[in-house]
Amino acid sequence: MAHAGGISLFPGRHMPAARVIFSALGLAIGALMLLPLFWLVMRAFQADLATVIAMLTRPRTLQMLINTMALVAGVLALSTAMALPLAWLVSRTDLKGRRLVNILAVIPLAVPGYVMAYALIGLSGNFGFLNQTFGFTIPRLQGWSGATLALSLYTFPYIYLNLRAALAGLDQSIEEAARALGATPRAVFLRVTLPHLMPALMAGWLVVGLYTIGDFGAVALMRYEVFSYAIYIQYSAVFDRIYAAWLALILIAIALSVVWWESRLREGAHYTRTGSGTGARPQRRKLSALGQVLGWGFVTLVVLVSIGLPVAVLSFWMLRIDDLPAMLPELVRAFSQSLSAAVPAAVLAALMALPVAVLAVRYPSPLSTLINRLAFVGYAVPALAFALAFVFFSLHGARFLYQTHLLLVTVYALSFLALALGPIRSALYQVRPSVEEAARALGHGPVSTFWRVTLPTIRPGVVAGMVLVFVIAMKELPIAFLLAPTGFRPLSITMFSRTSEGMLIDAAPYAAAIIAFSALFVGFVLRHDRKAGE
Amino acid sequence: MKTIRNALFALAATAVTAAPLPALADLTLYSGRGETLVAPIIAAFTAETGINVNVRYGGTAELAILLQEEGDRSPADLFWAQDAAALGAVAGMFQALPQETLDRVPAAYRDNEGRWIATSGRGRVLAYSTERVSAEELPAGMADLTDPRFRGRIAVPPTNGSFLAHVAALRVVAGDDAALEWLRGIQANEPVIVRNNTAAIQAIGDGEADFAVTNNYYLVRFKRAADDFPVNQMLFPTEGDIGNLLLVAGMGVLSGSDHSDEAVAFIDFLLSDAAQQFFSGEVAEFPVTGRVIPTRVDDISLEDVVRMAPEVDLNTIGDLEGTLELVREAGLL
Repeated sequence: MAHAGGISLFPGRHMPAARVIFSALGLAIGALMLLPLFWLVMRAFQADLATVIAMLTRPRTLQMLINTMALVAGVLALSTAMALPLAWLVSRTDLKGRRLVNILAVIPLAVPGYVMAYALIGLSGNFGFLNQTFGFTIPRLQGWSGATLALSLYTFPYIYLNLRAALAGLDQSIEEAARALGATPRAVFLRVTLPHLMPALMAGWLVVGLYTIGDFGAVALMRYEVFSYAIYIQYSAVFDRIYAAWLALILIAIALSVVWWESRLREGAHYTRTGSGTGARPQRRKLSALGQVLGWGFVTLVVLVSIGLPVAVLSFWMLRIDDLPAMLPELVRAFSQSLSAAVPAAVLAALMALPVAVLAVRYPSPLSTLINRLAFVGYAVPALAFALAFVFFSLHGARFLYQTHLLLVTVYALSFLALALGPIRSALYQVRPSVEEAARALGHGPVSTFWRVTLPTIRPGVVAGMVLVFVIAMKELPIAFLLAPTGFRPLSITMFSRTSEGMLIDAAPYAAAIIAFSALFVGFVLRHDRKAGE
Repeated sequence: MKTIRNALFALAATAVTAAPLPALADLTLYSGRGETLVAPIIAAFTAETGINVNVRYGGTAELAILLQEEGDRSPADLFWAQDAAALGAVAGMFQALPQETLDRVPAAYRDNEGRWIATSGRGRVLAYSTERVSAEELPAGMADLTDPRFRGRIAVPPTNGSFLAHVAALRVVAGDDAALEWLRGIQANEPVIVRNNTAAIQAIGDGEADFAVTNNYYLVRFKRAADDFPVNQMLFPTEGDIGNLLLVAGMGVLSGSDHSDEAVAFIDFLLSDAAQQFFSGEVAEFPVTGRVIPTRVDDISLEDVVRMAPEVDLNTIGDLEGTLELVREAGLL
């Protein structure tokens, strides 16, 4: 028996070799995240101090800061105003057809912000949907209102999903206690229910806030001057790279402060049940006939704007295409180029996520916590700033990577690593170490154990992580915009440049392809959601 | 999960087999001209010669500064610019073109030292709304656009190459102070900021703005799509007004290119009668070789443009950085 050798290796936690290898891999990934940011800082400080001060104190910079804040506030307010009633209707009332409402509330995730902006722009104008269909025009949607609308309509499902889960899991007895103490239903909602929803709301706000800060497609099409749009202008149109670097640093600072505030606020809050026994399942409120009508009225309104509008405008433009078959080769080319970046990115992200997840689950330590935090850097740093850092890094630090497909794929993988990490880590938590230990006791080496025992068990998690990264990468715009190799024009870039050239008809098939593809993502979310429900 | 995994594998297979790899291309072109305008002519070149052209599309100013940033290690063989200002900015990175290529255009349409050559000409014109602008309102010259009566009514693409070249020409003719004053006047008039010429005309059509100074050929595309598109364009009535500037799109071959012969062949192709006819007919620009009769679809002829245009040596407008600095100082960027 190989027992003697097995003892020192025996419980999984005491395998120094594996731990060292995984830690080294994790640190290398962390370094890959941070190194380019270092180049960004270097580049920013190439200017002399006076120039920097002049740049940062431009009235324009302050205006952009105000605009960015105003956009985040607007998007959070509007998306919450859509998500909260929907979540309440679905999880706390007996609204008819709740399952359908649940699906309808998640579908807008299939329409990325820049596609939504395209649809909103397509409404107005002489050749626009409204004028050609109904004979009247509205002013072009743009600026703060246009960008807020486009981003809210796309992001509200994130808040909805968080709120619905929280509402469904809320302990009914707390609300009952408040009622028994004489609080009105309104007071119960404002002073008991709402505070208990805050953690879920803030988790949703974090996702939506980071997305809004980082978004560039919708704000660029809506011509709203926030930091990401300004970076794009400075970089792509006039190429003031040092100013672009400074704007990127400010943008990163904003994003990090959002993350910091969210975690601070969460730390201070205690909403868990401390008594013994299980909480009461929430009861559904019986809606009157009028309540049902009003509820469905609200649902219809949200659905009409968030799903009906883009579908109608897109169909309108699609019908105006003279010769769709002639456009097909271009569409296929763009689609396969999108695939050629998204597929390897998904695989690479999963490969990077594996050691990080194993460290977190099997070898918890300050080092593994640090590595896991670093793995989130790519997700928290706004995409345009992250991509800009890699432009500087590859131009001056790693010339052989400049304008290569490899660089684009790597940056995708780093940026979406956190998305792959979630499901893989969850899956690993469900693998009991005793199973691995048994395999080791039966004479399997660490590699064999991982390959034959651990990996098959966590495969659904790995696949889920890959699918998430894949679908997000398929429609990704800002990173592709800065890092695309010469001649690389995926769906998102083709659609964006057609739209910004005012060629809405030509953009339509690309928008349709993106929406059809993103629908896959939504199907995936719903599927997971249902499983979680069971 | 199984179906998802199978789908993933199928997609991976497609990605590996179907994705055209840019590395296989023979020529690398940085094009500051829009894809929709030039892609057909590039496809025709590839069909005729078998030489693949790998194109990086971008803004003209963006690509000029990218070339400076990349230096002699740039992957580009050719740079196709919207305007002579950007060509002037990177002229030091170009190699001298063969004399027989240079001889195909008049001296006014090429660099003094033979490093770049014009591929087509275009006039700057004033586009205006036919719905909201009356004849007596029309400005006599470009300087008039700073008048308060145009407040909130002008669409401006401050990052556009042709706009920047126009400002550069204004600097040459009137001096930096006057140029800055004009830019400040435009900024004080609260212009509608747009991305490019097309968007400027779109903005007029959609009622966001009433005027824009653009290149002559953009409106033609709108008119082809709809005769009744409510925008018209004209030359400024003052002869020699800076607003009637005659600009060129042009091209140069990078010194670092490993494919100079193919690159020159591409330029010769663009100066062939067929290609010049394409620019003149399809794109509605002006030919530069003098061998093609311009087919006009609008009322503005090459003779009109030449007669009304100010005299500006295109070799003198290459200070892109300085121009950008002025535009920035005026608050337009």
